[in-house]
Amino acid sequence: MQVQEDAVSTAEEQDKWLADAMALVQHNAFYMHRAVDANNLRDALKYSAQMLSELRTSKLSPQKYYELYMRTFDELRQLESFFKEETKRGRTNADLYELVQHSGNILPRLYLLITVGSVYIKSQEAPAKDILKDLVEMSRGVQQPIRGLFLRSYLSQISRDKLPDVGSAYEGEGGNVVDAVEFVLQNFTEMNKLWVRMQHQGPAREKEKREKERSELRDLVGKNLHVLSQLDGVDLEMYKDVVLPRVLEQIVNCKDEIAQYYLMDCIIQVFPDDFHLQTLETLLSACPQLQPTVDIKTVMSQLMERLSKYAAASPEVLPEFLQVEAFTKFSHAVVEVIEAQPDMPLVGAVSLYVALLTFVLRVHVDRLDYVDQVLGGCVKKLEGKGKVKDAKATKQLVALLSAPLEKYKDVVTILKLSNYGKVMEHLDYDTNRVMAVVLIQSILANNTLITAPEKVDGLFELLKELIQDSEGAPSIDELDEEDFKEEQNLVARLVHMLVNDDNEQMFQILSTARKQFGQGGPKRLPFTLPPLIFAALKLVRSLQNENLPDDGPVSLKKVFQFLHQTVEALSMVPAPELALRLYLQCAEAAGVCNLEPVAYEFFTQAFMIYEEEIADSKAQVTALQLIIGTLQRTRVFGVENRDTLTHKATGYSAKLLKKPDQCRAVYACSHLFWVEEGSGVKDGERVLLCLKRALRIANAAQQMSSATRGSNGPMTLFVEILNKYLYYFEKGNTQVTSTIIQGLLELIVTEIQSENTTQDMQVDAFLANTLRYLQFQKHKGDSVAERYSDIQVPS
Amino acid sequence: MVLVLALGDLHIPHRAADLPAKFKSMLVPGKIQHILSPGNLCIKEVHDYLKSLCSDVQITRGEYDEDTRYPETKQLVIGAFKLGICHGHQVVPWGDLDSLAMLQRQLDVDILITGHTHQFKAYKHEGGVIINPGSATGAYSSITYDVNPSFVLMDIDGLRVVVYVYELVDGEVKVDKIDFKKPQ
Repeated sequence: MQVQEDAVSTAEEQDKWLADAMALVQHNAFYMHRAVDANNLRDALKYSAQMLSELRTSKLSPQKYYELYMRTFDELRQLESFFKEETKRGRTNADLYELVQHSGNILPRLYLLITVGSVYIKSQEAPAKDILKDLVEMSRGVQQPIRGLFLRSYLSQISRDKLPDVGSAYEGEGGNVVDAVEFVLQNFTEMNKLWVRMQHQGPAREKEKREKERSELRDLVGKNLHVLSQLDGVDLEMYKDVVLPRVLEQIVNCKDEIAQYYLMDCIIQVFPDDFHLQTLETLLSACPQLQPTVDIKTVMSQLMERLSKYAAASPEVLPEFLQVEAFTKFSHAVVEVIEAQPDMPLVGAVSLYVALLTFVLRVHVDRLDYVDQVLGGCVKKLEGKGKVKDAKATKQLVALLSAPLEKYKDVVTILKLSNYGKVMEHLDYDTNRVMAVVLIQSILANNTLITAPEKVDGLFELLKELIQDSEGAPSIDELDEEDFKEEQNLVARLVHMLVNDDNEQMFQILSTARKQFGQGGPKRLPFTLPPLIFAALKLVRSLQNENLPDDGPVSLKKVFQFLHQTVEALSMVPAPELALRLYLQCAEAAGVCNLEPVAYEFFTQAFMIYEEEIADSKAQVTALQLIIGTLQRTRVFGVENRDTLTHKATGYSAKLLKKPDQCRAVYACSHLFWVEEGSGVKDGERVLLCLKRALRIANAAQQMSSATRGSNGPMTLFVEILNKYLYYFEKGNTQVTSTIIQGLLELIVTEIQSENTTQDMQVDAFLANTLRYLQFQKHKGDSVAERYSDIQVPS
Repeated sequence: MVLVLALGDLHIPHRAADLPAKFKSMLVPGKIQHILSPGNLCIKEVHDYLKSLCSDVQITRGEYDEDTRYPETKQLVIGAFKLGICHGHQVVPWGDLDSLAMLQRQLDVDILITGHTHQFKAYKHEGGVIINPGSATGAYSSITYDVNPSFVLMDIDGLRVVVYVYELVDGEVKVDKIDFKKPQ
């Protein structure tokens, strides 16, 4: 039964056919060996021809055919030695060469001819070049692709060590390297044609299977290029003038996608780096001529990768790169290939630019203009495309933007690339923000300082999706809240990297940043403004001893105005708690600078926020602690201003919701009337008033507790106030007498022992510690101890 | 032997970008058993960082902490020592030793850790120790000028504690130590 070539065969069928063929090969080989042993040339030829007839099959898949081929190949090796023996017995090679041609079928005949040809060349009785030429020509007789490919593969294998290469035994009479190259090129060309033809045999529905089978055979074809690369006689000149043009011609003309991709890759892999560098133009010029579907970007990327590694490994060749203008050639080729392949997906084009950029960063790291040029090329490709939506292309764009960042590790360098931001514009909003985050992280990780005001603008331009809502961007409410916070916190951290030792420049940086952040809207301001405020407060520190005129480019007055406006913007958000804290920071700084009206204004603002916008009782407690703490430290005020502010603060204290909070705030206020540092305020009377008031509130708290819970609350407030009394007693406040302390002590001890009082270990320990402290002070033996001597510590 | 890290007032991102790299390379996970922080970290990222160094992180609330759940004060026992933590903005006058001593009596602790002033301090006081680890980032402070980044490491061993202070001065880490024995 004749099986059609295009019939779909199962794996079992394939195995069976192979087994059958193998059996026949073995059978004929057996008789061939017998003939060989008997020195019977006629029979040897007969059985070997019958054995080789099995290779005429069209049923086997390339894989199975290969197994069969290998089996016969081994047998042919033995036949070859037999032929050699024959010549020793007096038969001439020419005779043998003639004799095998009588074999009936063309395929066995050619295998036998090549086998004899091998012996013939070795004998050097005829020029190698002639025999080789004859064999390669004769092989044209087999045009069925698989049979032809394996036959020629046999020829290639047999002839490899018999080429008249420079330095080979066959050079001279046998020809020269030109003949060798000619032979291999011809065999290569024919093999490639056969290989390509495979594609067009059989029904369209099996295309995929056929492509797979073809791929399995590609190395048979590629081997020829390997042989060429191994020829010693193929020097740069020959490669450039003969080998490369001929190979490329075949590649371009075959118009086959698989062959073109594979063979281009093969060229790049097998020939040496310096050949590529010197023939770059020729090699690259083939790229746009390939089929539009060839994955040329991978080929070119590999070439760039290879050459950049070459440059990295041998820096001494760098001048050659410049001499041949490798970069210019690559960048032209990239443009041409993209133009030649209009259907190339965007990801392909972008990855070509990534490869080109990688090349530049490895070979010409100092050429920022090249880097910018590559980015510019990509921008041109992206022109009019708006935001890129394709995920793969986006990934490549990120790679394109990340590469220079990873290489230079310096965002200031990145800022010199005029096209960087333009590429970023094409990223979708989410990816753009991710890239912006990467930029900030790079700045932080590498401790990159941004020192020039114009750089700040440039940087913020790159980060604008983080800093403000650009047109068309999704609104903040659509963003993940956690992500948004993390991003904004990074922006805030970035502010500390914007520094300049020159006050004028620094102020300019702050003003620039302030303007940019101002566009961010109420959700961003609470993140972005506080670090600016602290940076400005630092600037105040370095200005405070400078005595600069108010109307100069930078002055204390201007920085405090800046601070005022910035905190005010924050209060309008509204972010009252933050604004209050920052107003107090500014107030204290103004006080240190001796600017009483400014300090007073900041306190006023803080107080207004306290009165109007802080409603939560817990937040009030903290705010008031900060107000009292700051006011206690601010020494700039004259009596009148100071009275106004302290009066307000004590007023707030007494109005807190919870009695214990009231009590503590009121006794804290006592410190507003007793400041030891500097010129100091020591108003013992008002201190005592505060403490007495605190005691009254503590009493009220106690009574409230008794009225509502039936027992007195813990005594801790009393012990706290006792400690305050001791504090002022030691500080020499004459209003606080030992009698008062004694009275309070006894009151506490009695109360704690009273059945109505809630037991509290913490308070007991507090009191015990206080009493131990008293004892300690009494026995210290100094002036304080003397004053303590009147006080009896209850046991 | 127990290693306790005390650090606070990082003020990230308001006043500093990050911890100094030198400190970060010293603070490696797995060496420290407890972290005590008087607060002002100020954001979750910093809390997470501390958590990555040690699973037991005790924090009290600074006035800039975004996490409002941190308590005002905390007490805990490590070995033979009672420790207390408090940020310190609640104690007027700020940084005043006598006022902090009152807090120490109130919390009934041997070692009191507070912050707020950004100035490293460690006193032996009335049979206890009062420590301010300073600002780990060297953050701006209205109270202290020219703040150097600093933190404190306590090595608690029985009744003895050695307090190591790490301070970054002109790019170099300087270490100081104070030895304290708890009275029997």
